[in-house]
Amino acid sequence: MSGIPHDHYEPKTGVEKWLHRRLPIVGLIYDTLMIPTPKNLNWWWIWGIVLAFCLVLQIVTGIVLVMHYTPEATMAFASVEHIMRDVNGGYMLRYLHANGASLFFFAVYIHIFRGLYYGSYKTPREVTWIIGMLIYLAMMATGFMGYVLPWGQMSFWGATVITGLFGAIPGIGPIIQEWLLGGPAVGNYTLNRFFSLHYLLPFVIAGLVILHIWAFHHTGNNNPTGVEVRRGSKEEAEKDTLPFWPYFVIKDLFALVVVLAVFWAIVAFMPNFLGHPDNYIEANPLVTPAHIVPEWYFLPFYAILRAFTADVWVVIAANWLSFGIIDAKFFGVLAMFGAIAVMVLTPWLDTSSVRSGRYRPMFKSFFWLLVVDFVVLMWAGAMPAEGIYTNIALIGAAYWFGYFLVILPLLGVLERPTTPPATIEQDFKAKVKAHAKKSGPAPEKIPAE
Amino acid sequence: MTIMIRKLALSALTALTLGSAPALAAGEGGHIEDFAFSFEGPFGTYDRAQLQRGLQVYTEVCSACHGLQYVAFRSLTDETGPGLDPDVMRAYASTMQVEDAATGEYRAAGGPDHFPPSAMETAPDLSLMAKARAGFHGPYGLGINQLLHGMGGAEYIASFLLGFTGEETEQGGAIFYENTAFGGNVSMPPQLEDGLVTYSDGTEATPEQMAQDVAAFLMWSAEPHLTQRKLWGFVGVIFLVLLASLLYLTNKRLWAPIKDAAKHS
Repeated sequence: MSGIPHDHYEPKTGVEKWLHRRLPIVGLIYDTLMIPTPKNLNWWWIWGIVLAFCLVLQIVTGIVLVMHYTPEATMAFASVEHIMRDVNGGYMLRYLHANGASLFFFAVYIHIFRGLYYGSYKTPREVTWIIGMLIYLAMMATGFMGYVLPWGQMSFWGATVITGLFGAIPGIGPIIQEWLLGGPAVGNYTLNRFFSLHYLLPFVIAGLVILHIWAFHHTGNNNPTGVEVRRGSKEEAEKDTLPFWPYFVIKDLFALVVVLAVFWAIVAFMPNFLGHPDNYIEANPLVTPAHIVPEWYFLPFYAILRAFTADVWVVIAANWLSFGIIDAKFFGVLAMFGAIAVMVLTPWLDTSSVRSGRYRPMFKSFFWLLVVDFVVLMWAGAMPAEGIYTNIALIGAAYWFGYFLVILPLLGVLERPTTPPATIEQDFKAKVKAHAKKSGPAPEKIPAE
Repeated sequence: MTIMIRKLALSALTALTLGSAPALAAGEGGHIEDFAFSFEGPFGTYDRAQLQRGLQVYTEVCSACHGLQYVAFRSLTDETGPGLDPDVMRAYASTMQVEDAATGEYRAAGGPDHFPPSAMETAPDLSLMAKARAGFHGPYGLGINQLLHGMGGAEYIASFLLGFTGEETEQGGAIFYENTAFGGNVSMPPQLEDGLVTYSDGTEATPEQMAQDVAAFLMWSAEPHLTQRKLWGFVGVIFLVLLASLLYLTNKRLWAPIKDAAKHS
């Protein structure tokens, strides 16, 4: 499957040969697991496994939860309480599912920022990157609709606010909003369609994940140096790589279990830490909560949405240029979706000839500022949209767009990158030697057993 | 000494945590007392005698207006909860009238039935109040010291019951009562006064005692499986840490020859 030369599966026994001629599935699994992987991958490369685990966790816990949940507006809230109280282990299932969504997004953000730092989006991996962004969009839709299902106050009002965003589109907005909701306002019909889609989308994500893995198995993994694996011969490639099994499977599993230990502690000891207390009050269309706050993983984009108020000059300019079609609300919606769109376009916005941020001194500072910006936006999104908070959100949003639309294209011209090592093998050796020096004289070789 | 270290660690944790939204769940800027409940922290469990006293306060005071519709009478026998004897539980249930789902008529309740919903339309159901009013220690309060100090819903309830200042205001024919925990006026009048209930275990029924007892009971009614959940936590974390150690050693052994070769080349 991969362009890196390596050994392929050879059926040996009669049964294997029989099956291989008819369906080469063992070969497919073998080639997938034995893919040559750059030796020098660091610990930032473990989040893909965590994400795969999250998808399985969410599907498995979700399917069991559905066995006890009632997607009907007058019964949904009570059925969740039934799960929490009467279903054997139901409280763990639900807390795992609710916090599993948080782990999913936590992992995806690290995974995305890792890609941004090491230039994993650059040619020839643009399609991997774009499929990844589609997965992220599908995750957001799934997470949003899942949050509506318990039918608490935040479920109801969150759904009202978010679908209201589509209502801000000039002309056709109200029609789209009504189509999304299934009626004039959030109601039982909304709950029904969100439930249906919340069950469907994870399988769409699973399909996209297969494409995502297929794409990077075809191009080969990126790595911390951004230098490509040598492909001249099998011997050469083997100096730069190791097979995924067992070397990276065991490494990734170790990292996954460490992450899971922390995750499990949160689920068991503070399961409501990331939730909103108001969602333990049943949905009431007549009572609006004081602050409608989305889940933490939407907060950076929620902050961007709310940053562009009617008195901001770009909003005034857009309003004037569009003859009043683009008002502050619609501008906010455009900004929010635009913030994700610029990420999708990163492969073409980054003009630098060097792939990995490790060898780009100026890029590094701007990148870490983007990480800080993301956290600040998350914090601003949790705050009430007033006073200094909207100003902070506006500065944060400006930097977000500035990074992708101005800084990345300019850096390719202005920056003088340092020289990456010639091969992955060189980088790996340097890393191992530096580590050995740091931890004192090398111990004697462990005798083989 | 240990207390000092704990306090230092806590303030360090608090400093590390982003002080998120300043508003508490309901009372905007209200004052909430930090009570030391038995169910806080990873090792915390419910105090059975306290839950039974709290059930008594709920029954004799709160239930006149408030319901507990998600709680089944049978769960009062939970070993980690109030732990009532099954006969005592059935006798208690039979004092309550519930609407029969099949006939639509009122009858004495039995074990499988749920507590009745609120008798007064404007009085909220209390089943989940301890979680709905959480936030004192949570992300909307002080941060991750929720791990050690609980989510703060019970603190809110106890502070609310004790937070009446005695100030009354009339608005549109109704009387509102000032409450420091809510941080404003509420329509519920103050309830607790010395000796309002008589505890069978001889505990003196001061307002502070009753407030904490009923708050603890409502925390249990909101999160009845808290003890089992924490047990799951210990089992899971210990298992995962062991598994991680084994995987760490496996990984080290697996990579040793590769790294050795790289070192000596």
